[in-house]
Amino acid sequence: MNRPKLSHPERRKPQPCGLRRRRTCISGFLLSSSTRLQSCRLKIPIACAMLIATALFRPAPVAAAPKPSLDFTELYASPLELLTSRDGSLLYVLCEGTGDVRVLNVATGRTLRTIPVGHNPRGISFSPDGRRLYVTNSWDDTLSVIDTQTSQVVATWNAGWEPSSVAEDPAGQTLFVADRIGNNVTVLNAATGAVEGTLEAGRGASYMAAAGRRLYVTHVYPNPGPYRTPPHSEITVIDPATAQVTDRIPLHSIAGAFHIAISRDGRLGVVAELHPKNLIPLAHVEHGWVFVDTLTVFGADVGRPVEIPLDEIDRYYAMPFGVAIAPDKSRIYVTNAGSDCVTVIDTRRLLAYIRAHRRPFAEDLSASAHYVIARIPVGKNPRGLVLSRQGAWLCVANRLDDTISVISTHTLEVTRTFHLAGPTHVTALRRGEQTFYSAQYSFQGQFGCSNCHIDSTFDGLQWNLEPSGFGRNIVDNRLIESLRGTEPFKWNGMNPSISVECGPRTEMFFWRSQNYDERTLSDLVLYIRSLPERPVRWLAADGQLTPAQQRGQAVFQRTIDHLGQPIPEQNRCSYCHSGPKGTIQKSFDVGTKSSTDSSGLFDTPQLTSIALTAPYLHDGRAQTLEEIWTLYNPHDQHGRTSDLTKDELNDLIQYLRTR
Amino acid sequence: MRRAAMIFGTLLALLAAPGSARAARFRPSGQDPTAKREALPRYRFVNYTTANGLPNNHVYSVLVDGDRIWAGTDDGLAELDHGHWKIYTVADGLAQQAVLSLALDPRTGAVWAGTMGGLSRVSAGRIDTWTQLNSGLSNNVVYGVAVQGDDVWVATAAGACRLNTRTGEWSLYNERNTPMREIWAYGVSAAPDKVYFAIWGSGLLEYTQKTHAWDIYTDPDGENEIVLLKDQGLIHDITSSVSYVDGVVWVSTYFGDSHYDGRYWHNFLTKDSGLPSNFTNFIKGVDRNRAWFCTDKGLAYYDGANWAVYRPNLTTGKPEMLVRNAAGRVTQVPVATAPAHNYILGIDFQGNDIWVATAQGLSHGIYQP
Repeated sequence: MNRPKLSHPERRKPQPCGLRRRRTCISGFLLSSSTRLQSCRLKIPIACAMLIATALFRPAPVAAAPKPSLDFTELYASPLELLTSRDGSLLYVLCEGTGDVRVLNVATGRTLRTIPVGHNPRGISFSPDGRRLYVTNSWDDTLSVIDTQTSQVVATWNAGWEPSSVAEDPAGQTLFVADRIGNNVTVLNAATGAVEGTLEAGRGASYMAAAGRRLYVTHVYPNPGPYRTPPHSEITVIDPATAQVTDRIPLHSIAGAFHIAISRDGRLGVVAELHPKNLIPLAHVEHGWVFVDTLTVFGADVGRPVEIPLDEIDRYYAMPFGVAIAPDKSRIYVTNAGSDCVTVIDTRRLLAYIRAHRRPFAEDLSASAHYVIARIPVGKNPRGLVLSRQGAWLCVANRLDDTISVISTHTLEVTRTFHLAGPTHVTALRRGEQTFYSAQYSFQGQFGCSNCHIDSTFDGLQWNLEPSGFGRNIVDNRLIESLRGTEPFKWNGMNPSISVECGPRTEMFFWRSQNYDERTLSDLVLYIRSLPERPVRWLAADGQLTPAQQRGQAVFQRTIDHLGQPIPEQNRCSYCHSGPKGTIQKSFDVGTKSSTDSSGLFDTPQLTSIALTAPYLHDGRAQTLEEIWTLYNPHDQHGRTSDLTKDELNDLIQYLRTR
Repeated sequence: MRRAAMIFGTLLALLAAPGSARAARFRPSGQDPTAKREALPRYRFVNYTTANGLPNNHVYSVLVDGDRIWAGTDDGLAELDHGHWKIYTVADGLAQQAVLSLALDPRTGAVWAGTMGGLSRVSAGRIDTWTQLNSGLSNNVVYGVAVQGDDVWVATAAGACRLNTRTGEWSLYNERNTPMREIWAYGVSAAPDKVYFAIWGSGLLEYTQKTHAWDIYTDPDGENEIVLLKDQGLIHDITSSVSYVDGVVWVSTYFGDSHYDGRYWHNFLTKDSGLPSNFTNFIKGVDRNRAWFCTDKGLAYYDGANWAVYRPNLTTGKPEMLVRNAAGRVTQVPVATAPAHNYILGIDFQGNDIWVATAQGLSHGIYQP
């Protein structure tokens, strides 16, 4: 099926005159009109707003924030991933913010060339012969093919939904693209770009590592599982020769797996990941109650996969993202994106510790002292990293200050810092983004907004935030895209604004120590409110509703049931889920109160990107949209649905997927 | 009186139809009756039961994927890989313990399992499940499943379904949007050009991929269970299975079997063929001319002219192989082994070998050159 070309200039270039004219000053913040954003189907995720959407409200006076200086025209490079040329002389920097690949001279740090690609590029890799460079453009659903000799884009191919990384098989015949929204790996003919199939991967498939006859894939959201059970993820193993999934290595209790690296001899694999503690009450921050930042190591050197903690007893190293293994396997390097540092592990000590401890020790934070040998401060939000061919130096992409840190692996110090071209000052929007991705505000640096809002989205988990006692009011994490016009926040509808959600409510409950000052809070709110909707993938090729979606829209808007009886206003889909965001911004009792809920009144959630955000209902008990009505609406309190046929219910869901 | 009038009218119509004369001359396409045919295949059967690793002797379905053999049993999905059984149960995520149907996605290697409680996909050990409550699946009783490209076609007790695995969209097909009168879909066979459903009580349902159009083939005799003219159309509306191969449709019913090449029908009954029974649970075509018939009285093979039946003797239980040549002469071939039971529910091919699902075990027919 040919999908509509998804172009989102607002994301990269929000400065067009049309948009600028629509800006309106609201509550001290400069906001863009939703009109253009909606037309482009962009959405807004919030980071700290997981906390916002789900947690406790502490009424507190909020001083008027100073009006920030705003400039939506600033485009920061936001380097995300790195590669080096075969001879080690060139550094390829994938810049998410400006949508390009910059080719740097490693010796001087000078940018030699800039190669424009698509929107929100997320993954980059070379062909086996080094002649081609592939870039996945996550918001265009395309793959850019770059000739490394000419530094020109020679082809742009369709590549699944939100392509996030790419790898080519050793024979150079097949391309594999991990698709975050598609939850799969798209298989492409490397010569023609023709889609040859899709392989089921984990939910939010995003990162890959190729090692000979195996291709390893991780995913950022946990796989669906039974209600209130530990999250589980997997490493999907693909045989590139047959283009089939051959194994799935389980990652127990993991929700959020990022980069994966394989040693050159193929005997050691490492995954950077998050180990959430979402099933227990979050009342004991001093006990490390939210996340453990871990790696899973696997392969012949290890035996069974083993999860190891990176944190220390009183200090956390949040959001492990990038991982690299030294050519001689002596060390493992990990970027801690929320803690602005690189963790260095002595592999020999690690393997010795693993062999001496056969029982799981992922939550034993004293363990890291036995194998972590350094924490190297780098720039803001370090993400991808790459080692030189001989392993003498390590480059790190600092996404939120547009720098590349060059680390000597001999001294374990930053020896140089490359500054990428771009704005020379930091805007309020940029400061807000930096705050969103930083764990510095939380107790012991445990976590930041982006822990629960992966890449400013959601995490697919339910949390026991304990607003009114242990085991009570369990809430599902909500997406934070396109939030303007969806107030109030939290499932109980008690938070009137993002500034309240991110401000006084988080002050003690989440952070326990330092809270945001006024400027930081206003910057953060600005960033959250700027997050656009992502493209909708379910529309017909012409961008219109399909026949099934049109039928579903009619069901959504109906006022008379199949018995000819009028449906009470509050029992119509289109009443509570009215307006452009699909919420009337009020609370209703839809019959879903459980024994652990204090009230049956719940905020009407917006329908923005509803297809992506399973599970559903306030506590996440519904694994699918269907279950909202087939299992949890026995008395038609959540809309008049019991008279619908299965066909009509399917149509309704097809329509909801377009919201 | 009304029924007699209908039969008479049908008879007249058939006699008047120009195709009827052609139908009477039908032979399976491409068949040269004078050509020398290969000998009917002989097998040494090795049977698997609970005594050697099968979780249950009731085997509803069987699927071959290279060296791996999948058996849908009454107590889980069994995978035989190089002599070792691995059993998938509800505890592993299987939709329901009784696995009625199986299909392989050749592009991904995933195995789709239709059960009495939903549809499951097994991919490298991970099982994902779709039910009528958590998805758009029309009914939990999944009698048949087939994979074609991105689409998974499903035959259920409440009509036909299609799941687009790329978009997650379910499309339902039933009496409201197709010509089917009944909605018990028992079998499905999918190809790039056509998809066929065996609809119990409603004949053969045809979907054309290019035009998205539905058509239906029913027994011209209606529900009278008589055959006014042989080969005038589908042998009976109580269809149980369908197999579409090389542009030819093989259809099984509980009252005989049919072959349709897009123009001519040819039907098979015990009285005029080598079928051991008109009650056929499952049918699988090899090509335009050859097919296997899984009946309640043994496994039958048809090579376009001659028939072979493999089974334990219905009286003595001793292994037997019966051969019926094109002239109708039946001979018995001495054999030492037979399928585990004469009630046959499914078959798949592994090179020259066959794997057979029976009511009392899984049988491996090892080809004897």
